[in-house]
Amino acid sequence: MKVVLKNLTKKFPGRDRKSEGVTAVNNFCFEIPDGKLIGLLGPSGCGKSTALNLISGLLKPTEGRIFFGNDDVTDLPPELRGVGLVFQNYALYPHLTVRENIRFPLENLKGDDRPSKEEMERRVQEAAKLVQIEKLLDRKPSEMSGGQQQRVAIARAVVKMPRVLLLDEPLSNLDARLRLQTREEIRRIQRETGITTVFVTHDQEEAMSISDLIVVMKDGVIHQIDKPQTVYDDPANLFVARFLGTPPIDVFDGRVESGWLYIGDDAVLSIQGVSDRPVWVGVRPEGFALDPNGPLECGLVGVEVMGRDSTVIATHPAFDGVNIRAIIPAEQAKDVGGGRVRFSVKPFKTHIFDRADESRLRFEVK
Amino acid sequence: MNNKYDEKRAAARSRALRVTTYILLGVWAVIVLFPYYWMVLTSVKSFGAYSSEYVPQFFTLQPTLQNYRDAFSMVPLDRYFVNSLIFTVVTTALMLVVIVPAAFAFARLEFKGKNVAFALFLSLMMIPNELVIITNYVTITNWGMRNTFAGLILPSVTSVFYIYLLRENFAQIPDELYNAAKVDGTSDFKYLTRVMIPICKPTIITIIILKVIECWNSYVWPRLVTTDPNYFLVSNGIQEIRQNGFGRENIPAMMAAVVVVSAPLIVLFLVFRNKIMSGVSRGGIKG
Repeated sequence: MKVVLKNLTKKFPGRDRKSEGVTAVNNFCFEIPDGKLIGLLGPSGCGKSTALNLISGLLKPTEGRIFFGNDDVTDLPPELRGVGLVFQNYALYPHLTVRENIRFPLENLKGDDRPSKEEMERRVQEAAKLVQIEKLLDRKPSEMSGGQQQRVAIARAVVKMPRVLLLDEPLSNLDARLRLQTREEIRRIQRETGITTVFVTHDQEEAMSISDLIVVMKDGVIHQIDKPQTVYDDPANLFVARFLGTPPIDVFDGRVESGWLYIGDDAVLSIQGVSDRPVWVGVRPEGFALDPNGPLECGLVGVEVMGRDSTVIATHPAFDGVNIRAIIPAEQAKDVGGGRVRFSVKPFKTHIFDRADESRLRFEVK
Repeated sequence: MNNKYDEKRAAARSRALRVTTYILLGVWAVIVLFPYYWMVLTSVKSFGAYSSEYVPQFFTLQPTLQNYRDAFSMVPLDRYFVNSLIFTVVTTALMLVVIVPAAFAFARLEFKGKNVAFALFLSLMMIPNELVIITNYVTITNWGMRNTFAGLILPSVTSVFYIYLLRENFAQIPDELYNAAKVDGTSDFKYLTRVMIPICKPTIITIIILKVIECWNSYVWPRLVTTDPNYFLVSNGIQEIRQNGFGRENIPAMMAAVVVVSAPLIVLFLVFRNKIMSGVSRGGIKG
């Protein structure tokens, strides 16, 4: 089922007449292709959960329309939209067994949609099998681990064959190992069922690893919609560049002057396509190369060994932050020492952004 | 050497502490239980023996059940029993019908003036019952409901405190559960009956037990609105026995009635005492 959001806006009124309201979702326009998993990514409070609740129908939009396929569902209550919702804290009914929890949505179906008792049991079994909890059906939620509870929540969301599956930070309450496992699980379940899925997260790694498309948003505004690798390699603006990647992109104070890109006073690249102006220069940590004749001279703080790679920690007067982190292959890092280090930068790992509106400026290497 | 001595001393001290605790608890238990013993003891003393005791005796050698027969024959205690039963069951049932939706509204629904209404509601708890009784009496009399079950029951079908208790319990249920239920297609009513009430069952059971005890023990209000013995409750019945002695109060018969009347409550409390405690002291609900 294709999901289309058209000019979707949600404003929350202020607490009283004096305080201003908040626009949690501002003029969203995008289309989720049928059967894809999209990650809604942004920092806390950016409106991603609000966007999800608008799609689910728990919130009514202030403006704009929502379409599932060709149906306008904007005015439908959640139960008539055919959505499945999974919450961060699982939201299982504590007094019901796993079986009863999964069956709950089916029991609420009315009229012809309501399956027979046997059919319900069959579908519960099917959903339980999908998330691999068929042996735990008679347990209560409190007798299960967090990961198992989240599986139950997913089973409950998919048992009524929703048109759209919505996941609101489903992994945030799980420990690191379970998070990885459940993440793969969600990907598998989504592939097997082919349900169009929206996945909300503030964890960029999570979003990158399982999404077909990533929507990066901040303060209720969409900043970029693209494939995960594209969002990383080709960020639309400084916010997106900073938000994705661990360690984060290194941002410098720089300028473009007569065909050269300067970081501080070091001319690092000869470029064309951007007129002379002050800019922000972002270099991915893996975009630095040790080079005895490199243009970028930095003070050396130390080297962190990570096994395959090493992180060279350095300082530069034009750096917008405390320490530069550069990732280089471990065998090269052995030679580093002596208080100074020189880098050259890889052009395709270097992005420049307008100083004023922080939008991306595209350049060509001369 | 020194260590061993210390250990011994510590052990002796802790033993002494334990012994003292048990002695104090024992004394307390005697103080608490003595009235019950006195009640049962008096109920098996014959009227004659009781009347001839210038100084009341702490035991009797000729126990008799005559007082129990008297209690039931002097006044229609069995009828009062049935009246009390009807009063208790109907009042408790009606109260649940009133307080559950009220608690739900205060906990879950959003409407204008909710907080003001709730604050006003809570402030009602500060008005002593005795004050309300007068206005209630006027109202019930004006409605011509004296000497009816409706008149007996009506003033106690709601309880601010229980609404408050239940609301707090309902409010602890995470919002996500409500949202999940909404997406799963439940109405508010169904959410209340299928999710909220089952989750808060311990509290509701506590409320039921406390209300039953309250109803069973109520005295002032029934005494006030009923003059027709057909509507007397057991508590009034006991009073009637007291006034029924031949020139002198028939205390043994009255005590027999008291034993009969309090037995159901004592059993109720013994059976459900864990639930009563857990319901009152229960903390959060795991979501």
